[in-house]
Amino acid sequence: MAFLDRAARSLFLTELLGGMALTLRYMFKPKVTLNYPYEKGPISSRFRGEHVLRRYASGEERCIACKLCEAVCPALAITIEAEPRDDGSRRTTRYDIDMTKCIYCGLCQEACPVDAVVMGPNFEFSTESREELFYNKQKLLANGDRWEAEIAQNLAAEAPYR
Amino acid sequence: MAEFWSGFLLPLIIMVLQILAITVPLLVAVAFMTYAERKIMGAMQMRQGPSIVGPFGLMQPFADGLKLFAKEQILPEGANRVVFYIAPMLTFFLALIAWAVIPFDYGVVLSNINVGVLYLFAISSLGVYGIVMAGWASNSRYAFLGALRSAAQMVSYEVSMGLIIITVLLCVGSLNLTEIVRAQEKVWFCIPLLPMFVMFFISALAETNRAPFDLPEGESELVAGFMVEYSSAPFALFFLGEYANMILMSAMTSILFLGGWLPPLPFAPFTWVPGIVWFALKIAFCLFTYVWVRATVPRYRYDQLMRLGWKVFLPLSLFWVVLTAGVLVTFGWLPK
Amino acid sequence: MILQGIAFYVFAALLVASGVMVISARNPVHSVLFLILAFFQAAGLCLLMGAEFIAMILVIVYVGAVAVLFLFVVMMLDINFRELRKGAMEALPLGALVGLILLAELAAVVGGWIVAPNVAAIAGAPTPSIDQVSNTQALGRLMYTQYVYLFQASGIVLLIAMIGAIVLTLRHRPGVHKQNIGVQIARRREEVVAIRKVTTGEGV
Repeated sequence: MAFLDRAARSLFLTELLGGMALTLRYMFKPKVTLNYPYEKGPISSRFRGEHVLRRYASGEERCIACKLCEAVCPALAITIEAEPRDDGSRRTTRYDIDMTKCIYCGLCQEACPVDAVVMGPNFEFSTESREELFYNKQKLLANGDRWEAEIAQNLAAEAPYR
Repeated sequence: MAEFWSGFLLPLIIMVLQILAITVPLLVAVAFMTYAERKIMGAMQMRQGPSIVGPFGLMQPFADGLKLFAKEQILPEGANRVVFYIAPMLTFFLALIAWAVIPFDYGVVLSNINVGVLYLFAISSLGVYGIVMAGWASNSRYAFLGALRSAAQMVSYEVSMGLIIITVLLCVGSLNLTEIVRAQEKVWFCIPLLPMFVMFFISALAETNRAPFDLPEGESELVAGFMVEYSSAPFALFFLGEYANMILMSAMTSILFLGGWLPPLPFAPFTWVPGIVWFALKIAFCLFTYVWVRATVPRYRYDQLMRLGWKVFLPLSLFWVVLTAGVLVTFGWLPK
Repeated sequence: MILQGIAFYVFAALLVASGVMVISARNPVHSVLFLILAFFQAAGLCLLMGAEFIAMILVIVYVGAVAVLFLFVVMMLDINFRELRKGAMEALPLGALVGLILLAELAAVVGGWIVAPNVAAIAGAPTPSIDQVSNTQALGRLMYTQYVYLFQASGIVLLIAMIGAIVLTLRHRPGVHKQNIGVQIARRREEVVAIRKVTTGEGV
């Protein structure tokens, strides 16, 4: 009987037809993908995207050139040079992040005592050349100005867990 | 001059127009076949498929074509230039000339030759040359392996395919494609010859190098098989040829087993629809099944492919030839 | 009629030319490709004679299967032509003898038409004219009546050749693990997988 059963199964290609029926059923299921450039998936408030340098509401840059981020960066992607400014406060003269080295671990963000360097929600910053990925202070500050609203919101949402 | 006009030039012009009337819709069908395949595969894998270019992504095939033709043509070092360029042309050419004998409706056929089935079979068996020549001329290991695989594969499956065609011919008593369709007026051959229909379809998959028999291309092991070294227009020709071949094989399946242009039931609401529409619908059904199979079944291993061809299909089809002949003779159903 | 004449000369000329190229091409793959071209021209000539069945069978069998295998083998071979040509002079007498015999036979066949002019009439007689019966049918009738023994005999010769080829190449190597696909496919989930609730610390 078992033999007959097996013979009938292989003769009528039941496994094959079962598989075909499965794919046909899936054809009418709703799609799980998004129409990417036009639709985007939700991003966690902890998302670690492109770096930014933030400013205070007064327009003063937050970074105090403590170099903690430079020290903690495991990929050695951050380079900082600092000098006292005219008013005596210590500020960076150079703040470079090599985005090609960065591993997006988020340690710089954790290390920063003043929430100056933060990884923003932007992940669409591909470029056509390598050089464009060597971010300098100007670029990072500009990023900060651009994403400030989202970043402030994300930081506020995460504040209770810190 | 008038004689020259009516006796030679006019028929020539009519012939050219007829050929264009077949090939142009065919090429458009090929273009949209690629779109349909991506869309159906997408749906079966719960993806969207092309959706950006044009409404519902309908212009995608033309964008692809434009992209392909705008690319750089590369001739590999050490390649045999003549054979290298002849191969894609041959593939494309063979995929098109076979359509000369396909009847789209009763009497709507470019050339109603006596040995239509043999002609189709001959053309489809020549398809292997495009691949073998491409593989050899590319001077590349991957391409060569792909060519060897495809040569062995196509020869193997042609044997069982020939036997299956013989079964149909036994029931018809003619090699003419129009006659074959007309013999199915009572019942389509896919019903009495169901196992043969299934085997023919699977052999057609192997013959057109489609999944799960796409070993000649086998992108996971041979990169792209015989097409590795091709780019730009020659690649596009291979691509078009492959899809035109799929459509051709679907047309052949429809004619041999699904009653060609005949409506499914021979009465009123069905007979109002023109035969060519039924034929197109049947071809579309076969093509859908091609894609459906591709979305379902994983690729065969090469020795299993050979085993299926020689140890399963050949004996089975041979058995069915004998059985069909026996039944036809016993009950006196042999066609005159 | 003129068109047919032109077609005949084109086919014939190409046939002879590609035949010459088969033996004169340096690259063996080119030789095979020219051989295929020659087959095509022959099929074209058959078509011109109204023997469409023969033409198609020629294309299917010779071009579609035999020549593919030729090409297959030739492509795989790594032939050193110097090595090959070394023994050519020693084999020349034998080759020449075979060639002469073939030539004589051909001459006998061709000469037959001259020696006995009625041969043509006899050979052509059993075939009814084209408008009565198609050439496939005519061929079938002839083959399965008058020449049925010869036909069967040639089938047996081919079968023997096939068996011979298998016997010569089939080797049973001991110690090779082979896959039994039937058994593998026949395995069912219910027969081989059991799901148990395992209590911690006790095991199965």
